[in-house]
Amino acid sequence: MMEFLAMGGYAPYVWGSYLVMAGLLVVEMMQLRYRRRSLMNWIRRMARLRAQEEKR
Amino acid sequence: MSERGIQWFRFTAPANFYDLAGRLIPWFAALTVALFGVGLYMGLVVAPSDYQQGDSYRIIYIHVPTAWMGMFLYVLMAVYAAIGLIWRIKIAEIMAKSIAPTGALFTFLALWTGALWGRPTWGVFWVWDARLTSMLLLLFLYLGYMALHAAIDDRQRASNASAVLAMVGVVNVPIIYFSVHWWNTLHQGASITVTEAPTMAMIMFVTLMIMVLAAWMYSIAVVLARARVELLERERTAHWVRERLEGERG
Repeated sequence: MMEFLAMGGYAPYVWGSYLVMAGLLVVEMMQLRYRRRSLMNWIRRMARLRAQEEKR
Repeated sequence: MSERGIQWFRFTAPANFYDLAGRLIPWFAALTVALFGVGLYMGLVVAPSDYQQGDSYRIIYIHVPTAWMGMFLYVLMAVYAAIGLIWRIKIAEIMAKSIAPTGALFTFLALWTGALWGRPTWGVFWVWDARLTSMLLLLFLYLGYMALHAAIDDRQRASNASAVLAMVGVVNVPIIYFSVHWWNTLHQGASITVTEAPTMAMIMFVTLMIMVLAAWMYSIAVVLARARVELLERERTAHWVRERLEGERG
């Protein structure tokens, strides 16, 4: 296991590449999910307001 | 137009595109996870180390896919931008805009992994040679496209102006590709070409192709997901949006 993590002495380069890539892909997906959630909430809020207006 | 043509045309209508993309995304996401799983295992565990570069060569399994995606996605973005500009197809405009962030991300990762690979093999993180500089220019083209889109308030004008930028910038892609032939550069030539057998061991080649496919699947899933959000933002007051939100949760 330690040998695997050491990457033949190139650990900072190899893991620095793989982990940064993994991290950025996760950030991209989370940012997208956040954007979608807030938009959905906005649309629902508007729909509720419209429904209240119609009741009056 | 044949009936089949009409069928395909249906998917350029916003509501149909939204539904189709929604059905496709889970499949591409599943393929992404499976291919990255297999590819990472093969690349980091199964494939032997390189006799010259030791384990540092393993960066190739993400450096090449990210660099290819950065270039492919730029061409794809320019094609969609051109379609949107010429035929005024809204979905094409949305696709072009949705590709840009993912393309920029992959281009950045290609530069980042290249720097981390260059240090142990060449002794430097960065040199101003043709391949590296043209790749940096690609990143700036993506960022410029996104900035231009964001800077113009009128949606149609933003789309038109940035489409022109995307199309002009496409000349940079063949420059990147051929830079290693045209100029003396530190960067090695292509190991994989269409015309010749790859100059690397079979296991390495297969692993690399799996990682390339994984990057494609990821890109398709994320771009479609972003295009859906983009579409919802534009059409948030439309009737079909309200209809779909009844059944669906964020």
